[in-house]
Amino acid sequence: MAATGRTPGTISGNRGLQIEEPLIFEQGGVGRTGVDFEEPVRREDRLGGLAREGEIGLPGLSEPEVMRHFMRLSQKNFAIDAGFYPLGSCTMKHNPRLNERLARLPGLGDLHPMQPEATVQGALELIDSLARWLKLLTGMEAVALSPAAGAQGELCGMMCIRAALEAKGDARRRVLVPESAHGTNPATAAACGYEIDAVANNARGRVDLGAVKAKLNDDVAAIMLTNPNTCGLFEDEILEIARAVHEVGAYFYCDGANFNAIVGKVRPGDLGIDAMHLNLHKTFSTPHGGGGPGSGPVVLSGALAPFAPLPFVVHGEEGFRLVEHRGETEDEGQRAIGRLKGFHGQMGMFIRALAYMMSHGGDGLRQVAEDAVLNANYLLAGLEDVLTVSYPGHCMHEVLFDDGFLEDTGVSTLDFAKALIDEGFHPTTIYFPLVVRGAMLMEPTETESKAALDQFIATVRGLAAAAKSGDAAKFHDAPKLTPRRRLDETGAARHPVLRWRPAPDKAAG
Amino acid sequence: MSEMKFSEEHEWISLDGDIATIGITDYAQEQLGDVVYVELPQVGKQVKSGDDMAVVESVKAASEVYAPVSGEVTAVNEALSDAPDAVNSDALGAGWFVKIRLSDPSELDKLMDQAAYAAFIAGLG
Repeated sequence: MAATGRTPGTISGNRGLQIEEPLIFEQGGVGRTGVDFEEPVRREDRLGGLAREGEIGLPGLSEPEVMRHFMRLSQKNFAIDAGFYPLGSCTMKHNPRLNERLARLPGLGDLHPMQPEATVQGALELIDSLARWLKLLTGMEAVALSPAAGAQGELCGMMCIRAALEAKGDARRRVLVPESAHGTNPATAAACGYEIDAVANNARGRVDLGAVKAKLNDDVAAIMLTNPNTCGLFEDEILEIARAVHEVGAYFYCDGANFNAIVGKVRPGDLGIDAMHLNLHKTFSTPHGGGGPGSGPVVLSGALAPFAPLPFVVHGEEGFRLVEHRGETEDEGQRAIGRLKGFHGQMGMFIRALAYMMSHGGDGLRQVAEDAVLNANYLLAGLEDVLTVSYPGHCMHEVLFDDGFLEDTGVSTLDFAKALIDEGFHPTTIYFPLVVRGAMLMEPTETESKAALDQFIATVRGLAAAAKSGDAAKFHDAPKLTPRRRLDETGAARHPVLRWRPAPDKAAG
Repeated sequence: MSEMKFSEEHEWISLDGDIATIGITDYAQEQLGDVVYVELPQVGKQVKSGDDMAVVESVKAASEVYAPVSGEVTAVNEALSDAPDAVNSDALGAGWFVKIRLSDPSELDKLMDQAAYAAFIAGLG
């Protein structure tokens, strides 16, 4: 066999105890099974002659083969439970096991969404408590809990803004979105039928107040701002921005994806914000995918509260109940925008988020924000002399570098990220935000120890030294130690293979 | 064909009579990285200078391409749908995006010539 440098060079094809695992459809054989059924007794044809003619191609595997397959796949996965995951903007922090334990309590885990209200009073009280905590932490009037993720929360908030404007007979066409925004912000505004007007950043990495003011007029429906922003910086002119936005009759939507940096420290309601979504899977430690769905409650100001979507929990004379249909009064959802999601939202995430809040308490949540910011600034202090800091000064919960330090090395941000994989780290976020060249956005979160941060800093310093010393080949070949080497992302995007097909010899059989 | 003109948004424009051929510059394709998809406007569409005209998607990012001049789209480069890599390999030639019949030739005066554009991108660091 030709030495391609891509095979591990072992007889088995395995790489030590990292087993080379074919797809499940490429394993097993017809007739093999993990269950022992008796042969059927009745054999008469009741399908009117429509029986299939060929094999259906399902893999036949024994129980141990199935176990090994999925165990091996799980070992190829990198997760927050496996190692340091400094993926900026995503807040990959530890998901406390207490949350998981409480979500599995039979009284909560075995609920069905169609049970009569009288039998789920505890669950409704839990939703009500979560709402109370979220309103308290944000200083806002109301909260819509049903949105299924941050992006749907954005949609919910912007739909409420649109409904409020239309209720006043004040249709407007434009939404201001900073250039550094998450891509979901302009997408949300466009989905709500608005034109996007991009606002430039200033030299300090913040939204340019002058540019905002210059674009504001009575045709602007809203501004969508993230605070702290995607450069990991606090928008310190936010009060002035809010004042100017409200002065022209527009609303202030805040992307709350980075609320984990200010929870317990700043109440968005005090900043003049009208609507903001909260990613429970970021700030409030519920899992990112795999372990459960996202959840994106939206807090709303008094002006927007009447438009909150259905359903919501109210506390009446006979206990808690859900308002599921538009009623006769505002308190009964008369002006609600409607329903965004089946049933009541991501109940499993509500339980985990409330468990997180109650186990931390107000002071604990404040410390979450403080430690997240401290850890990011520790990375900044440990790396600022070898990488290129995009904006001077302290950062919030994440720190942004650009590719200035790689100039003339022949190494790109992408190469550098791939080399981190060989060192056992999940790469940082790269090429986002778009406002700096070759961005590397690092978010350590509050749950990493000093030892973990020190190891990461030492590794990045070593890689930066290797790049500057001219060892570009080390980077261009990375990752070298993974089950698969660098993937051809361009080829995958230009010629995507979206469906597995059997190899020709198998297909013929 | 006349000499090329360039915009601050990194589009190039080359004039033949009143038909302008437009693409993105070599600097732009280099910044984007490998281009994997190009979304082009409908032929016949009227565009105004500064409008979003097309979208170019690379492995790094999706970016809007703005119309550097106003007019009617008379042709689009259909070949890009199968071979978007032409934007990388020949940005100023086979990687063209659209042809526009100019409605206001004076808009060309606002664009940069080759030397001015070279100085402009040098200033971007």
